[in-house]
Amino acid sequence: MGPLIPQEIIAEGWNFLIAFIIGIGFGFVLEQAGFSSSRKLAGVFYGYDAVVLKVFFTATITAMLGLLYFSLFDWIDLNLVWVNPTYLWSAIIGGIIMGAGFIIGGFCPGTSVCAVAIGKIDAMIFLGGIFIGIFIFGESYSFIKPLYFAKSMGNIKLSDFLDISSGFLALLVVIIALFMFYIAEIIEKKFPRKEY
Amino acid sequence: MKTKYMNPYLAGVLLGLVLLSAFYFTGRGLGASGAVKSVVVSAVEVVSPEHVTNSDYYTKYTGDGKSPMKSWLVFEVLGVLVGGFLSGALAGRLKLKVEHHPNITSKKRLILAGIGGILFGFGSQLGRGCTSGSALTGMAVLSLAGFVTMMAIFGTAFALAYFLRKNWI
Repeated sequence: MGPLIPQEIIAEGWNFLIAFIIGIGFGFVLEQAGFSSSRKLAGVFYGYDAVVLKVFFTATITAMLGLLYFSLFDWIDLNLVWVNPTYLWSAIIGGIIMGAGFIIGGFCPGTSVCAVAIGKIDAMIFLGGIFIGIFIFGESYSFIKPLYFAKSMGNIKLSDFLDISSGFLALLVVIIALFMFYIAEIIEKKFPRKEY
Repeated sequence: MKTKYMNPYLAGVLLGLVLLSAFYFTGRGLGASGAVKSVVVSAVEVVSPEHVTNSDYYTKYTGDGKSPMKSWLVFEVLGVLVGGFLSGALAGRLKLKVEHHPNITSKKRLILAGIGGILFGFGSQLGRGCTSGSALTGMAVLSLAGFVTMMAIFGTAFALAYFLRKNWI
């Protein structure tokens, strides 16, 4: 029963090798989907290519439903699966800053690594920018701390926050995703991609 | 040259299975910015160990003889480099180039990429993770933070898209 390493069914020593192998899968799929191209990534914001939306939400619902089914069959103990904590203000403001970085730079950190791997020089600069941005955060940490820890809500799930079952929330997410896919297919036809 | 990409829905299912296997094996999801953070902390440590000791940000990752580079995300991101390279090699997409819209120069594209990277790096630390670590992984475990971060990232990018359109369309 999973997760295997936290329960020492697989020894801790294998953790980094597993991380490396999972990373290979991650990078391979991102590149295959076209996430190594900033033009494809930015396309979702202009309607000419919605690959980001399709891949991102299909991946989300696949992993989300997978976890719920694994838990249902007792294949995984969800109590041992890390739920990232919510600090509301830093999540919102951090997200806003990342969103600006996304539309200005055309990548996010994972996709930039993937693009560096196939030789995109713009991605190398973007990755260097991430390094600088993290350094600036580190240097201004004592100043930012009050915001960083503001409105702490613990390791809360959206389903608990809304007081609905996780299965019902999952159903809502699937319905919303399918609706967005439908809209995306229509919009992509309206905004043809200019080749260059 | 046009190269063929995978069907996005199939790629999404495969990415979801990669994420699910991360949960199944290790109890944690994917990430990216955390690995760059490890590099930043290590670099600061090399340049000025004293500066690290005096900062309660850097010491989170270096205390008790911990090495910031011996982290799960560092190995995962090394894997991303290898996986991306393999895919690019198989698809014939390995090429050293600056990708940009014909309306803008390479130089402008590189400057914008640098600014975007700085913002994304800073935001990923404030938001406790980036698109993969906070938004994608967070939403898969139904974390409130995951949904909030996702909406803030995509909402802001959509809101600013109009002002940056000349760089993309």
